[in-house]
Amino acid sequence: MKILDELFYTEDHEWIRQENGEIIEGITDYAQSELSDIVYIELPEKGIEVHKGEAIGTIEAVKTVSDLYAALSGTVIEVNGELEGHPELINKDPYDTGWIVRIKISNPKELEGLLDAEEYKEIIEGEE
Amino acid sequence: MKFIPVTESERNEMLKVIGKGIEELFSAIPDNLRLRSSLNLPPSLSELEAREKAVKLEKVNKELVCFAGGGVYDHYIPSVVEHIIRRPEFYTAYTPYQAEVSQGTLQAMFEYQSMICELTGMDISNASIYDGATALAEGIYMAIGATKREKLILSEGINPRYLEVIKTYLAKRYQIEMIPLKEGVTNPKGFEVDDKTVGVVIQHPNYLGNLEEVSTFVEKAHAKDALAIMSFDPISLGILKTPGELDVDIATAEGQSLGLPMSLGGPHLGIFTAKKKFVRKMPGRISGKTIDHEGRIGYVMALQTREQHIRRASATSNICTNQQLCALTAALYLTALGGEGIREVASQTTQKAHYLAERLENAGFELPYNKKGRKSFFREFVVEVPSGANRAIELGLKEGYLVGINLTDFKDEWKNHLLISVTEKRPKEEMDHLLEILSM
Repeated sequence: MKILDELFYTEDHEWIRQENGEIIEGITDYAQSELSDIVYIELPEKGIEVHKGEAIGTIEAVKTVSDLYAALSGTVIEVNGELEGHPELINKDPYDTGWIVRIKISNPKELEGLLDAEEYKEIIEGEE
Repeated sequence: MKFIPVTESERNEMLKVIGKGIEELFSAIPDNLRLRSSLNLPPSLSELEAREKAVKLEKVNKELVCFAGGGVYDHYIPSVVEHIIRRPEFYTAYTPYQAEVSQGTLQAMFEYQSMICELTGMDISNASIYDGATALAEGIYMAIGATKREKLILSEGINPRYLEVIKTYLAKRYQIEMIPLKEGVTNPKGFEVDDKTVGVVIQHPNYLGNLEEVSTFVEKAHAKDALAIMSFDPISLGILKTPGELDVDIATAEGQSLGLPMSLGGPHLGIFTAKKKFVRKMPGRISGKTIDHEGRIGYVMALQTREQHIRRASATSNICTNQQLCALTAALYLTALGGEGIREVASQTTQKAHYLAERLENAGFELPYNKKGRKSFFREFVVEVPSGANRAIELGLKEGYLVGINLTDFKDEWKNHLLISVTEKRPKEEMDHLLEILSM
């Protein structure tokens, strides 16, 4: 299972890439493999305000469906529109072209609560 | 599947295997709740005796000439409908749980959905839900899920029984604003839509039978990105604009008039349709058509991830079933009649209703919402019976007529008002005799 050292993670299996007061969020390689074939994703609307831990979208696979949570509070400034026609990008390339949402964060302190690669690895090893 | 009752010796054998007595198995039930005597039942009857008893009971039923409607209507049911639904392959009330094994059932569902889409002009139909009232309440619930807003605007022209179901569904969690009626129709100026509004909910034709100015309500809702939700009468679509043409977002109906007997109020059929963009929020089952790896056509339960057995707490609805036999009945009725037949039923229904309304008015009866020159109703209208609505109903029963619905209990201003409904089944003589009864 691929876990990238330079990213942060949540217990809900989202990854976070930090970029000058903004974050890019997606779901981890582990999450996509647990869901298996993703067929549809409901994305949040651009411009809406989100709170840490709030469900902001849904990811639908052939046999199951899962909520997507905001990893941090802020404003959604961009969503990956490519996923509407090609949700399978999340399966193929979860950490790059399968990114989901870009958020301008409103409370940088929340960053401290995120997990690093090592801590996230322990979590998924516990689940397996 | 066959039902095989367990015999005394089999029961003893099973108890022997598990090494327990029957009393021990029931020991978890507190003693004061246990029934220690036999059930209070009359002695058993032979088949002949049972049949005679049932026939005797059946004879107590009265066949009435029906002028009552209010959502359930006395239309003619072609005999082919009953012939086909009674085939043992179809004769179950339930949606199949090992669905894909029953390809015929899934195909029937798919055909039903396709016909409902054609009838309504809407993008998507589910495989049906319980009845017209739950269909509308589920439609509202879906709109709440889709808009994530909290205020609902409901017309007072919605069937009062449906309003009760809606209020039960919504409990006290949402804000409800009622749009009052003005001269029997929903006042298009009687409400304001804001950016907290989930949607505007209207019934067309409304409970009093009158046609609503649907487009105005749809436009007002859409101007604030709220949804337009409509409860319709499927037969009326033979002559009226469809919900699809009216740009309605969610359209629901009671489907009983499509070939189902009135049978004391059920089982009936909830028709549920919506625009395509809501398909992932729809309640209930949806059958889809696909091909297998050899290219053969097959039917499957589609988009099950919407449903509660997969989505759990975040599902928009807890309905995971459909009214399979009733939906099949509606599909057969629509097949038997075809587009032309539905237009014919709708047109005869409305012409007869207008004939009766005119006769009553000419005889001096007051039709408060359909005064001279203003007769935009489909099949139902309100008439005031000064000698008393209950008295008229009693007199009617003596003549073998159900003269209408007494509106007295719903609203003070409807005291001694009857809601009268007509279908293509009512010949001129019956309508003329109704006038005589009301004039007694």
